[in-house]
Amino acid sequence: MAHTDTTDHGHAPQVDSLTGVSTTGHEWDGIQELNNPLPRWWLWVFYATIVWAIGFWIAFPAWPLISSFTPGILGWSSREQVAEQLNDLREQRSAMMTRLEDSTTAQIESDPELLSFARALGRPAFGDNCAPCHGAGGGGAKGYPNLNDDAWLWGGTLADIEQTIRFGIRSGHDEARVGDMPAFGRDGMIPRADIVAVADYVRSLSGLPVENKANLTTGAKIFADNCASCHQAGGTGSRELGAPNLTTGIWLFGPERETIIDGVWNGHGSVMPAWQGRLDDTTIKALTVFVHTLGGGE
Amino acid sequence: MAQAIAPQKRMTFGEAGTAAALAAFTFLFILIGAKAHTTEYSFHAFLLAAASAWGVFKIIDRFYARPAELPPREIDGRPNYNFEPVKFATVAAVVWGIAGFLVGVIIALQLAFPELNLFHWINFGRLRPLHTSAVIFAFGGNVLIGSSFYVLQRTSHARLAGDIAPWFVVLGYNLFIVIAGTGYLLGITQSKEYAEPEWYADLLLTVVWVAYLLVYLVTLSRRKEPHIYVANWFYLAFIITIAVLHLGNNAAIPVSIFSPKSYVLWSGVQDALIQWWYGHNAVGFFLTVPFLAIMYYFVPKRAERPVYSYRLSIIHFWALIFIYIWAGPHHLHYTALPDWAQTLGMTFSIILWMPSWGGMINGLMTLSGAWDKLRTDPVLRLMVVAIAFYGMATFEGPLMSVREVNALSHYTDWTVGHVHSGALGWVGYISFGTLYCLVPWLWNRKGLYSLRLVSLHFWISTIGIVLYITSMWVAGILQGLMWRAYTSLGFLEYSFIETVEAMHPFYLIRALGGILFLIGALIMAYNLWMTVKYGEAADTVPETAAKPALTPAE
Repeated sequence: MAHTDTTDHGHAPQVDSLTGVSTTGHEWDGIQELNNPLPRWWLWVFYATIVWAIGFWIAFPAWPLISSFTPGILGWSSREQVAEQLNDLREQRSAMMTRLEDSTTAQIESDPELLSFARALGRPAFGDNCAPCHGAGGGGAKGYPNLNDDAWLWGGTLADIEQTIRFGIRSGHDEARVGDMPAFGRDGMIPRADIVAVADYVRSLSGLPVENKANLTTGAKIFADNCASCHQAGGTGSRELGAPNLTTGIWLFGPERETIIDGVWNGHGSVMPAWQGRLDDTTIKALTVFVHTLGGGE
Repeated sequence: MAQAIAPQKRMTFGEAGTAAALAAFTFLFILIGAKAHTTEYSFHAFLLAAASAWGVFKIIDRFYARPAELPPREIDGRPNYNFEPVKFATVAAVVWGIAGFLVGVIIALQLAFPELNLFHWINFGRLRPLHTSAVIFAFGGNVLIGSSFYVLQRTSHARLAGDIAPWFVVLGYNLFIVIAGTGYLLGITQSKEYAEPEWYADLLLTVVWVAYLLVYLVTLSRRKEPHIYVANWFYLAFIITIAVLHLGNNAAIPVSIFSPKSYVLWSGVQDALIQWWYGHNAVGFFLTVPFLAIMYYFVPKRAERPVYSYRLSIIHFWALIFIYIWAGPHHLHYTALPDWAQTLGMTFSIILWMPSWGGMINGLMTLSGAWDKLRTDPVLRLMVVAIAFYGMATFEGPLMSVREVNALSHYTDWTVGHVHSGALGWVGYISFGTLYCLVPWLWNRKGLYSLRLVSLHFWISTIGIVLYITSMWVAGILQGLMWRAYTSLGFLEYSFIETVEAMHPFYLIRALGGILFLIGALIMAYNLWMTVKYGEAADTVPETAAKPALTPAE
């Protein structure tokens, strides 16, 4: 391009008085450029990184060819590396793993060495699979049972726990544990006033204060007619049916009057998935032992 | 009375053409809105229709209000700069910046307290892309478009090309931002990181970007200077490469013109590679290259010193351009991506170290002989600390690209910390410096309302950044070590959820850092507002700053 306008900016190199370095003679909007050389250390480090890269290309898989790639003289591959590491891990575990596979859950608990091995396997498995509902320490949450205490909905023996883990609860699996609390209110089985009365009665079973004492007699009658078949007379519950014991003061959904009314009205039933097929048998075994030894095992 | 005859007033080709095109699009968008498959898409179509109709009205209204002659390119031999679009982008940058930082604080708190995911429009999954797009494309993009239009004119001594075109670029770009951002909240996304907007938003951006390139090239071709200034090389590399990346990564086929959904052309590991070729170069060519352009203009201007080395600027420019484009695969270490591609990505990332540092050296050394100005000018201090963060992040990046380091750092919060040392420290600070320079220049003010407030902004934000990146370093390394910890019996020591729990205190510190950074930005917004509103007018256009003493070369 032809430019004749040189009035604003000289094009002859000048010397910067502060550094004594010459400029390039260009100028844009008052900005000039010094004619400093490339810093030597910068250039040499730049070269060094290139040399290092070439070395890396020689050693490792690097450049694509038409139908393959340069494999590198070390013969390294990330797939082999991970296979090796998994193999090492398997070998490290193998002796104990065989013993674990060959033992029943009861045998595992009677052998301290095997027990600590099973718990070491069970702990992260619990964290990755069970903790989202039951809490990292197994403490439970609303609708999800606490696994540390002595209250068990379906039983707390090793066999009970394994059955629950393997097939789940209301999971849709053929062998899953199923127990249905009817939706007494929603389905029009009991009038609203009676549901309130039975809720007061249920609270009284574990000694909780009741606002309207008059309701208790009605509540007891409604309970005997509708609830006792599963929860038993006196509300002690049934593990066969997964009907909670209502006298312990331990609540799955909570002791508040509204929560109980809601439960009777809508008929809660939490779902636990079936883990058979998702976890291998040894892991299920380890989880069974882990949960059993959390504190409440029977 | 010949002199009284004014030249006949005619619509320019640009005015008539743009108005006609926008009118046609108004009807098309109304049609799409009426037949759209989803209400969310319908909303977007009507929004676009309203924007197009407003554009038609505005062009006609402007035509009747303007004199017959368009503004001349020069007045009395001096360029008649067009800074109005620059002003718009400057204000937009401040507004979007604060919105983006605020959303960042919200999602930081959501990570610390998951209960804050109140309902689907504002859950983490939707707010996270809103945050990244708001800070990168809305805040960063407006800083870049605004500053590039400023620097381009000043270093070319030429008026911005086009009459409607610069406005189309600035307004069209911000419309894209609105479409993209509201889309995320409504659940419209193609689920590609940093390229979430769906096909129709991508098309809008493509048209805007082509206009941007044309305005840039035509203005540059009218320059009065024999050479193209280094800042303009960087801006041009940014415009061209972002166009290529945008088209490559967003190649997709819409289900229907009436549906927001599209399917990306690439699939499987090829898609992953193209995504990270895009993702990494978005960092390179959106967050590095054009912000170096800013550095090359605003640092020497503010320090009133010549650029340190012309030769270094050439070498590190071309090295950066050629090498950056290879580095993407380092985002896919230990994945289905073939080992050879991982090796190339990693080695080119290492080679990239010095070309990146070339910019840092040129920026910092430009201050030689003027270091004392850091004591008195907090704006220059912001920019110099930005360059220091740039140097730190571009050292950390190659380090993290090394396969063995990546094995520890990948998928952890270390990556988040690394990104934010670049984003808050480098991009944020160099942008703040630019805004502090531009506002008094554009609104013709003697100076900023308060330099003490700039200083306060600097310190509050710096504490915020330090809290942010140190907490994320510790969190990331802790996370990486916990994930790979084995017990003596050969089992994983921790379940994933335990590593999540362990992050909680660091997430709190990070959120606090973010809050401080946001407060700093609010102080800046106040300071800039007061500068425009109450600042003392400069006596003359601040055409040239005082030059340092120069003597002719022997």
